[in-house]
Amino acid sequence: MLHLSVIAPFLFAILVPFLRRYLPQTHTGWFVLPIPLTIAIYLSSFLPQIWQDEKIIRTIEWIPSLGINFTLFVDGLSLLFALLITWIGTLVVLYSAYYLDKKEALGNFYVYLLMFMGAMLGVVLSDNLVVLYVFWELTSLSSFLLIGFWYYRERSVYGAQKSMLITMAGGFAMLAGIVLLYVIAGTFSIRELIEKADVIMASELYLPTLILILLGAFTKSAQFPFHVWLPDAMEAPTPVSAYLHSATMVKAGLYLVARLTPVLAGTPDWLIMVSGVGIITLVWGAFIAIRQTDLKAILAFSTVSQLGLIMTLLGIGTDLAVTAAVFHLFNHSAFKGCLFMVAGIVDHEAGTRDIRKLGGLAALMPISATLAFIGTFAMAGIPPFNGFLSKEMFFDATWKAGGLDYGFLSWLGPVLPALAVLGSIFTFIYSMMLFFKTFKGSTKLDQLPKKPHEAPKGMLISPIVLGAIAVLVGLFPSLVAGTIVAPAAEAVTLVPQEVKISYWHGFTPPLLMTLTVVGLGTLIYWKLAGWLKVYAALPETLSINRFYDGITNYLPVASGKITGWYMTGSLRDYLAYILAAMSLILGFTLLSQGGIAFDYTNLAPIAPYEYLLVAIIVLAVFTIFFAQSRLVAIIALGIVGFVVSLLFIIFRAPDLALTQMIVETVSVSLFLLAFYHLPELKKEEVKPRTKFINILVSGAIGIIFALVAFSAHNTKLFETIAGYYLENSYKLGGGKNVVNVILVDFRGLDTMFEITVLAIAALGIYGLIKLRLTKKGE
Amino acid sequence: MELLISLLVGFLFASAVYLMLSRNILRIIVGTGLISHAAHLLLMTMGGLKRGATPFLGQGATAYTDPLPHALILTSIVIGFGVTAFLLVLAYRAYNELGSADINDYRGLAEDE
Repeated sequence: MLHLSVIAPFLFAILVPFLRRYLPQTHTGWFVLPIPLTIAIYLSSFLPQIWQDEKIIRTIEWIPSLGINFTLFVDGLSLLFALLITWIGTLVVLYSAYYLDKKEALGNFYVYLLMFMGAMLGVVLSDNLVVLYVFWELTSLSSFLLIGFWYYRERSVYGAQKSMLITMAGGFAMLAGIVLLYVIAGTFSIRELIEKADVIMASELYLPTLILILLGAFTKSAQFPFHVWLPDAMEAPTPVSAYLHSATMVKAGLYLVARLTPVLAGTPDWLIMVSGVGIITLVWGAFIAIRQTDLKAILAFSTVSQLGLIMTLLGIGTDLAVTAAVFHLFNHSAFKGCLFMVAGIVDHEAGTRDIRKLGGLAALMPISATLAFIGTFAMAGIPPFNGFLSKEMFFDATWKAGGLDYGFLSWLGPVLPALAVLGSIFTFIYSMMLFFKTFKGSTKLDQLPKKPHEAPKGMLISPIVLGAIAVLVGLFPSLVAGTIVAPAAEAVTLVPQEVKISYWHGFTPPLLMTLTVVGLGTLIYWKLAGWLKVYAALPETLSINRFYDGITNYLPVASGKITGWYMTGSLRDYLAYILAAMSLILGFTLLSQGGIAFDYTNLAPIAPYEYLLVAIIVLAVFTIFFAQSRLVAIIALGIVGFVVSLLFIIFRAPDLALTQMIVETVSVSLFLLAFYHLPELKKEEVKPRTKFINILVSGAIGIIFALVAFSAHNTKLFETIAGYYLENSYKLGGGKNVVNVILVDFRGLDTMFEITVLAIAALGIYGLIKLRLTKKGE
Repeated sequence: MELLISLLVGFLFASAVYLMLSRNILRIIVGTGLISHAAHLLLMTMGGLKRGATPFLGQGATAYTDPLPHALILTSIVIGFGVTAFLLVLAYRAYNELGSADINDYRGLAEDE
């Protein structure tokens, strides 16, 4: 059943194109809607079990010999994510049914969306890291497809490619990290890894493993400096931005970090990397967001920054911090999802997302304005919305992080809260910008492409639900504190959590921090025009986007050059590469394995005429080299062949000599026949460099083979099997000529295939001679 | 004897490879002919030379030469012949169609790419 909930979206995705095709009158979204809803309800039924502190494990064996099983595992953390994925998925599908026009390629859209949903569920429910990785990459793939949904737009294609390259690069790093974990602990199962956490921490591979895994998480969750893909991902349709690029997929990195906290966390390395990157992302994302003028771009950078906030908390890793992280993650999905949907509505109804053109929409779109108010104020951390509570906890956690015993990192004590406040001031500013610049101020209707009015009711349902959650959780945090947040936090810290969330703690540092944020934030927002001048001072060349573009532009050119340099398209060049590589590898192996054996004791005697025969061969070969006439070359080749057959006689192989003699005779006549039609040999004009390389390669091959021949003769790795044939040739084969018996009896099949090869060659020859290429029209 | 033949094998391989790296199709074919001789002698040397009688049973000999390389080489000679014959006809046709014996002239035309 549990497996079915992961697989069902994929299965239904197969049906979607047919539904789209045969029932084009109905918006495909309506057919899709029941799927996430059903799974959401089904998964919600696990909640009581989670409250009882039960864990649900279901296994289907996949590749047991490699320790890879399709094991699904439900605990507080995975259930929180699974519920977010399915419930928000339901809302997004509902929203998209109004947002996307029936003329769009809905079939594609819902196939990708369902594929994403299944993959994302797979990521958060898998216990096996390899399975998790497969689903992880599937989410990247579906994200790529969804960003490129309007594939005829250049920006979409650019954004899709960027997200793909960055997240997949991180994915590869993560795969390497997973393999390292396996090397250390010998298992892919997360549950078993947690049991072996002390082994992993003590391993010298700990640091590389940590870095590789975090690379995967950081790229996916758009952490600095990999965040650059997320703003460009906003080219996707808004339902997708709301779903993948704020509520779920970008949180996969957070999920991974949270999931592996029991395995990897608790070291100074962990703190400095996870929290360090997190807090930089928080400040930088919020700082850049203020400069943006596109609603979705502001939201994108805001998402980057909020993800950084949660990452910081996970890095701190105290009970309080983890609880805050889980709580904020939940809250962020609610208010950011709501804001994205409102931004989509504004875009849909007003025809633009440019805040310079928008303004005063509150009068025209009162419901959307209210929702935006809730969302932005929750994001800014103002009571009574949910964001205030988790932000307060975040301040508390950073404040108390100074008290952690991290030795040399003690300077982090004051730095972390200071940066947290700074980032939150920026957050406050752009939140205010989002609301006031869009919905307040003077209306500039003449600048808008459309006359804005309130969205259709259906489109408002989803943001209203999310907005309501933001308010309800803000007012009654106990609704989720014990039911969702505590079990999820427990799954990370592995100790039972008592989560009490309250408004009033007295005049504590967090409250003062909040007051600072609101005070300074309001001040800067007041003087926003002046503040924006700060951005002009930033050097443009330092942009990470430029770096990315440089890489993507330069790499294909460079690799093209390198490939062009050695892939000459000339067969003889390739032959030279192959032979050179072969002589190097063979030579290296011979030397390193001690394969070269010289032993002069066990040699057969040489008669004087045998020297003569060898001398004839050498002379004949030189004749071939210097022959000016093709006839001379052929005759010299024939001489080599005949002398070789003489050698066969000396070597007690009359069958060979006989065959060689016949074949040589026939070949020579064939050569003569064919060469008669071919032009005279000309002295080749070869560049000295090419000639030098040719001589080098052929010389190397010659030396290597001489060594191989002689060493092989002197090295007996095992007994010859000749004895078997000599003994059984007559008994089993009924023949006294052992060679013949081997060919026709013991290895009869080989001989049959040999004849087949000859037949194929004959057919080829026949075809070449008889068939003529006819050009079209001739 | 083995040392002598080993050196011969090396020499034959070197010459054959050098010929095969040439641009002229005739030299290449001659090279393939030479390389099969080299391979045969290599196989022969590996098994040891001139040890015992011809592998015909019933001569009352105490030792026979190893029949296995013989069987292998026999197969190889025949296949080598097939290859040579095919290459020759291929060269003949190529020259007929393209009017050149230089393999650099056999490169695909620009319009094929």
